[in-house]
Amino acid sequence: MRQAIAAFITILAIASAVAAPATAQEPRRGGTLVMGQSTGTTSFNNAVGSGTGIMVPGAQIFASPVMHDDKWNPKPYLAESWELSPDSLSMTLHLRKDALFHDGTPVTSADVAFSILTIRDNHPFNTMLAPVERVDTPDAATAIIRLKHPHPALLYAMGPPLMPILPKHIYGDGRPIKTHPNNSKDVVGSGPFKLVEFKPGDQIVLERFDRFFIKDRPYLDRIILKTYPDSQTSILELEAGRLLLQPFFNRVLELDRAKTNPQLVITNEGYAAVGGINWLLFNNKRKPFDDVRVRQAFAYAIDRDFIVKALHKGLSKVATGPIHSGFPQYSPDVTKYSLNLKKAEELLDAAGLKKGPDGVRLKVTCDYYPGDEDGQKRLAEYMKPALKKIGIEVEVRAPADFAAWAKRMATKDFDISMDAAFAWGDPVIGVNRTYLSSNIRPLVFTNNAQYENPKVDELLDAAGREPDAAKRKALYGEFQKIVTADLPLFWLTELPYHTIYNKRVHNPPTTIWGTASPMLDVWLSEK
Amino acid sequence: MALILFAARRLFYAAILVIGVLVLSFLLIRLAPGDPVDTLAGQMGGMTEEIRAGLRSEYGLDQPTLVQLGIYLERFASGNLGYSYFFNLPVLSLILQRLPATLLLVLTALVVAVLSGTTLGVLASRRPNGLLSQFITVVSVIGYSAPVFWTGMLLIILFASVIPILPVSGMTAAAVSGGWLLDSVDVAHHLVLPAVSLAVVYLAQYSRLTRASMLDVLGSDYVRTARAKGLEERKVFFKHAFRNAMLPIITIVGLQFGNLLAGAIVVETVFNWPGLGRLAFDSVLRRDYPTLLGLLFFSSLLVIVANQLVDVCYRLADPRIKAS
Repeated sequence: MRQAIAAFITILAIASAVAAPATAQEPRRGGTLVMGQSTGTTSFNNAVGSGTGIMVPGAQIFASPVMHDDKWNPKPYLAESWELSPDSLSMTLHLRKDALFHDGTPVTSADVAFSILTIRDNHPFNTMLAPVERVDTPDAATAIIRLKHPHPALLYAMGPPLMPILPKHIYGDGRPIKTHPNNSKDVVGSGPFKLVEFKPGDQIVLERFDRFFIKDRPYLDRIILKTYPDSQTSILELEAGRLLLQPFFNRVLELDRAKTNPQLVITNEGYAAVGGINWLLFNNKRKPFDDVRVRQAFAYAIDRDFIVKALHKGLSKVATGPIHSGFPQYSPDVTKYSLNLKKAEELLDAAGLKKGPDGVRLKVTCDYYPGDEDGQKRLAEYMKPALKKIGIEVEVRAPADFAAWAKRMATKDFDISMDAAFAWGDPVIGVNRTYLSSNIRPLVFTNNAQYENPKVDELLDAAGREPDAAKRKALYGEFQKIVTADLPLFWLTELPYHTIYNKRVHNPPTTIWGTASPMLDVWLSEK
Repeated sequence: MALILFAARRLFYAAILVIGVLVLSFLLIRLAPGDPVDTLAGQMGGMTEEIRAGLRSEYGLDQPTLVQLGIYLERFASGNLGYSYFFNLPVLSLILQRLPATLLLVLTALVVAVLSGTTLGVLASRRPNGLLSQFITVVSVIGYSAPVFWTGMLLIILFASVIPILPVSGMTAAAVSGGWLLDSVDVAHHLVLPAVSLAVVYLAQYSRLTRASMLDVLGSDYVRTARAKGLEERKVFFKHAFRNAMLPIITIVGLQFGNLLAGAIVVETVFNWPGLGRLAFDSVLRRDYPTLLGLLFFSSLLVIVANQLVDVCYRLADPRIKAS
């Protein structure tokens, strides 16, 4: 009930914020939007790096071929139009002819080709553009992306956080792109804002690019990104009205506090494509987690409704499977697990894990990574009382820091661990890596459950190449069904990412990429 | 000639010290689990094995530790502090970028601590059993016992929620430059809380030390002689007693300069002050070895310089001390 009321209040707040400009006010030019970020930016070149610290400012500085709205529809950006060949093997982009880089040179198909190949060869999400064979440029305004096989994820890989169009005359000078000096200094893009000041770990000042190719946009004169490593500081600054918009915020207590402030609005719109889910990882290669009955017993003993309602104060949502519910490929038709202690105990008995005289069947260690208090640490701690009820004794192993946890994952030195990943627009980009048997690697955020199912490999491969959206969805539906039955890991919640903003901010970005897309329509009112 | 020899010897010891600091920290930090590429992979939200191997060899992390140490020292000898994996910048420019913020914070805290600490100590020593003295003692003990981060957090609560008149985060307001005058006022405004939190601990120590030292000196023969000569009490107090009582304070200030830098790590993290301390904290978490080593090198350099300055001050305060 409380969750329903909270949701209702949130909806009201969003509705009023959205309705206000339409009825009362016209968008206004000018003003400085002060945004917060928790991880400091070290580079602006999102062609060779990912993470919110790069993507949020990167999407302001660089323009991409397409944008997306809040319904997953691609919209023209640098490309006025595009078409896919009937065999789905080439994508032709028709570029605008009036787009300029910040140094005044025009954006051409050569820049597009250069950028796509640079991203293909250097971006950490290597599946994103892997099928790209080459990019043809018959004239300055046409780029044809040639594919080795159909690749429907391409349309999302061409969006603002993933495909910045770099000026070839600057980044193509032969110096290694990953450490190119212009990644963090004198950055030149063709986006709505240009970089004027960068103090690492402190602040970034972006100024309106007056010759931006979309007329009368952006409304803002300036965006200042301030680094606040501590979430409580961001809330204090938001309350003081010094900070106007804080994206990618996932601290439950502070969100709950912001909700009660009449000057602040919180929304979870704008995180659909990010698609963050956290889960409990089982070491499938270690006994007794190689037995599906044991894994399922864990799932029946963990109360996800309690996690969402009590630990997350209704701000997150139960994750039913490997794909975020905001994705078009999401399927609710999966094996469901709800709290059932009796069933859990039966499964453990059947798996041969009988209770000892002290009532203990099994002792396990549980890891988590630091930095996400509500999504990781508190859930790892919750495992202790929850699993005790079925005779499993959990020892939570607090990691010294991220690198320490990463090492445990890489060397598979764990029983169970909290884990999470983002999908970034398409299952091919961010979901496959956790389930493909070919991606069992000594590295974080890979298939660390060490799950192997040839059928799943086959389905993911087929779905990745299937150009027909309905058929593709059906393939992913089957994948979700199999994986939820095999349960190599147990999905807990969709991450409670929210944007907190001052009521002075209008049209906060709520497209699928949220604040990792250009702030074209955002404007500020006096009050 | 003697002075030159003295300086040369000092320099030689300093160089040995710096190399020792570098070698030791190089080996120590490698005992921590994980390496920079793992953290980078986490920050990026994933990475392929090829990219990972590429980065490892680019950073030289695929070499045995001792070989890496050799390469580092060789580069160091030619004046190259290396390259930060995270900031995509040479370590030297990264440190120089952050150095002014830390120097400003540490020196302000030092000046505040020394001036108010000695003043309070002197005041307390005038009537060692008076009410004021008791009060100063109580306050000093509290200030000395409270951890810096705790003082900092209390100040944040006080000045962010209860009386919101001082900024609690960062070094500047989120704005573009408004000219050097407005900028300085802005920085000074932001400096108040971090400088005070850092100063409190040392202020407490200096006031305790000054009080004890003054009491000690006031009981000595030459003070009794001065008084017996019929010298004005004010002159006895400041010229004879205070000047001599300052010697241990100078020693402690010099010795504690390193502590002050360590305290800056905590204060900068609490107040989000963009200086070397926070950089050090982040570099440890990220296993950014070159940055961390560069920072340790600079800190050892700062401590050495501070100690030399202390020697100079010593000689100014006490003419008996010569270059011997």
